[in-house]
Amino acid sequence: MNEQQNISPAIEPERYEFRGARAYIFDLTRRDLFKFLGAGALILCTNAKTSAFQESGRSQSQTNDLPKDISAWLHIGENGEVSVFTGKVEVGQNIRTSLTQAVAEELRMQTSQIRVVMGDTLLTPFDMGTFGSRTTPTMNLQLRKAAAAAREMLKDLAAQSWNVPREHVVAGDGKISDALSKNSATYGALLKGRELARLIPDQDPLLPATEWKVSGKPLPKVDGRAFVTGAHKYPSDQKRPGMLYGKVVRPSKFETKLVFADLSAAEKMSGVIVVRDGDFIGVAAPSDELASHAAATIKTDWTAAPQPSSKTVFDYLRNNLEARESYNSSSKISAPANALSATYTVAYISHAPLEPRAALAEWDGDKLTVWTGTQRPFGVREELASVFRISLENVRVLMPDTGSAYGGKHTGESAIEAARLARAAKKPVKVVWTRKEEFTWAYFRPAGVIDVRATVGAGGQLEYWEFTNFNSGGSGLNTPYAAEVRNEQFQPTKYPLRQGSYRGLAATANHFARESFMDELAHQAKLDPLEFRLRNLRDERLKAVFEAAAKKFGWPGNKKSSGRGFGIAGGVEKGGYIATCAEIAVERATGAVRVVRIVSAFECGAIVNPEGLRNQVEGSNIMGLGGALFEAIEFEDGRILNAAFSKYRVPRFQDVPQIEIVLIDRKDLPSAGAGETPIVGIAPAIGNAIFDATGTRLRSLPMVPNGLRIS
Amino acid sequence: MARVTSLVVNGVTRQLDADTQSSLLSVLREQLDLTGTKYGCGEGQCGACTVLIDGKPHRSCITPTGDAEGKIITTIEGLAKEGRLHPLQEAFLFEEAMQCAYCTSGMIMSAVGLLQTDPSPSETKIKDALEGNICRCGTHPRIVAAVQRAARSMKGGAH
Repeated sequence: MNEQQNISPAIEPERYEFRGARAYIFDLTRRDLFKFLGAGALILCTNAKTSAFQESGRSQSQTNDLPKDISAWLHIGENGEVSVFTGKVEVGQNIRTSLTQAVAEELRMQTSQIRVVMGDTLLTPFDMGTFGSRTTPTMNLQLRKAAAAAREMLKDLAAQSWNVPREHVVAGDGKISDALSKNSATYGALLKGRELARLIPDQDPLLPATEWKVSGKPLPKVDGRAFVTGAHKYPSDQKRPGMLYGKVVRPSKFETKLVFADLSAAEKMSGVIVVRDGDFIGVAAPSDELASHAAATIKTDWTAAPQPSSKTVFDYLRNNLEARESYNSSSKISAPANALSATYTVAYISHAPLEPRAALAEWDGDKLTVWTGTQRPFGVREELASVFRISLENVRVLMPDTGSAYGGKHTGESAIEAARLARAAKKPVKVVWTRKEEFTWAYFRPAGVIDVRATVGAGGQLEYWEFTNFNSGGSGLNTPYAAEVRNEQFQPTKYPLRQGSYRGLAATANHFARESFMDELAHQAKLDPLEFRLRNLRDERLKAVFEAAAKKFGWPGNKKSSGRGFGIAGGVEKGGYIATCAEIAVERATGAVRVVRIVSAFECGAIVNPEGLRNQVEGSNIMGLGGALFEAIEFEDGRILNAAFSKYRVPRFQDVPQIEIVLIDRKDLPSAGAGETPIVGIAPAIGNAIFDATGTRLRSLPMVPNGLRIS
Repeated sequence: MARVTSLVVNGVTRQLDADTQSSLLSVLREQLDLTGTKYGCGEGQCGACTVLIDGKPHRSCITPTGDAEGKIITTIEGLAKEGRLHPLQEAFLFEEAMQCAYCTSGMIMSAVGLLQTDPSPSETKIKDALEGNICRCGTHPRIVAAVQRAARSMKGGAH
């Protein structure tokens, strides 16, 4: 089993980092002289754990290297409670549970005694962020190593203190025991609250997946009860004594400059703090309602410049190429004259996390603490330090488990806004974005245009393959099929909306284009779409998921009635292998497309928590169904036209088909992440099924925002 | 302007001071610290803010507080009795019917309302009743299974 893989946290960061101009440049020194009252509540945590870190000089480093000392990751209290520290964050992907399992496994103890501290820049080691499906392959492994090292250290301690041979002592059930001398002590009793002061060795005796007793099992969500009782405090639920509610006055459209603002009515309102700093205008008030009311009284005027529309976005992308470096793997051979070619497009879509951006900021002198929902607490800490011109050490960002993100919460807008208002108000301020703000001022999954050209030989083998993605990104760009000649390229362009990562990044767009086009090629070659794929696949793991999905689905499907169609698609990305089959029904009279049944087979190495994994694969399919069929951001002249759930359609109960999941557990392979890749199969599988049912090839996501026009 | 000075929430009369037109959601969350009821859209389109008023599910984000005055309000915090979870809460845990769980309170409250009028709803009925509740993580099939499980358990006389 190859566990000793590279676990450097520096995983192609440029593909995940949000690229865009800084949201705010504040002119703090002139407008706000930081005259703090000095009587604000002291909120920086000074509990024993923090003090111990600071006194022992083991506070997390500011570098990107993973700390090597066990104590940076684990602490065992005298009462036996294990605290685990990780900069990763929980947004519903269930890593709080899977990481707990990993630690329990190596410490040979119950999960109930383990508490995971996540995404707190003061307490947890630096982490670049929770994205790219990296938690399971990197953090799960890192914590297992730390826990294994702790276990071995505890065995050393016990053997020394009992004066018995080291090889006789065993760890189990939260205790170290020696059968011969009949000694036994809990971890807490052995350590007596001391730190686990030892380095994690490079080689640790990790339990192979075949012998897992805690991992590999369907442990329920560790803090599930807090969620079903409403007790869990999300970022938007946070509260501090004396806290005010903040509202930001937004520009009338994108890409504008403030030319006029009349704050006078708001400034006259009792209890309302009004801030204007550069183009930032915001208010803070004792209630959300008063803050909204005050913000609404502020009159503003903004410059106007014409901006592109969603109706012309694809031409815009194609006509505004950037010279910036692109990923490509190009041969010198160009397309043969007889190549089949097609163009696919994907629209801008919104993550629409059910909890919008939220942050609570509190200053104590020039020290800032912010509770916010972000996938990058350390990144937001940097944003805050930079915007407010204070040192990183003076900023603490905490991330309470958050109401989802899907790649959409890499940035710290609400954190900056809350902190700016709190600075002026000299009181804690909470900013919770409205749904309209979230739909407008967050960022979007990029739109894209993809050109594909290919030829197939007489034996059904791919010969020439050309694939160019404009704007949407390079993830999942390279075909897993064995073409003799490949020209694959990501071409960056200028783009009209603020854009960033989304679950699976561009892999969704690239798989949609590739797997739809593979279907086109199969039909041209008069081959069954599954057979055509298998003939061109060398990757046994990908073949295995295709075969597993097809078997469960009953491929090629049995047409019981007209208007039914069957499609298949799949791929490999981020170490996960997915194949998805779809059955759809088209209602002739209305053109309505209904997805009847989805079967997905997924393989990501050794499964850490099968129920959590199944949940992710189901959820990816359902989320992917929205982008496949009807989700699209409509925009015109710097405004979002459908910034509400009443206008932007997301999948609801009646859209959800029967879903069956096949999980392939490869205990001989390292575990990969699973939160993203399962989303890539559904759009092309549905598109291929629609073609099967109707003969109409849909090459644009979303495929049927208003039903299918049947010619 | 007319004020509301008390509300009956989860069996307790709570003192407060709110405009009759203030949303019930903001009053529950800001004044009564009942943050289990969530903001999701502010237009009654996502169901995250669902509470029971006299036993019926309502979107608290578009309910004026004055409309709830003198009525019996139940929020997610009021479902468990003496530490014992409601069968729907148990069923959501059993079926792992959540990921980020931000929609969970609203889903459970809507389902409580459904099971009060229809103790053994069909799958179609459940989907109809929850169509106005958004789950972005895609746990819909699990939520349907949880409501079915709770219905069976409640019919068994557990509650």
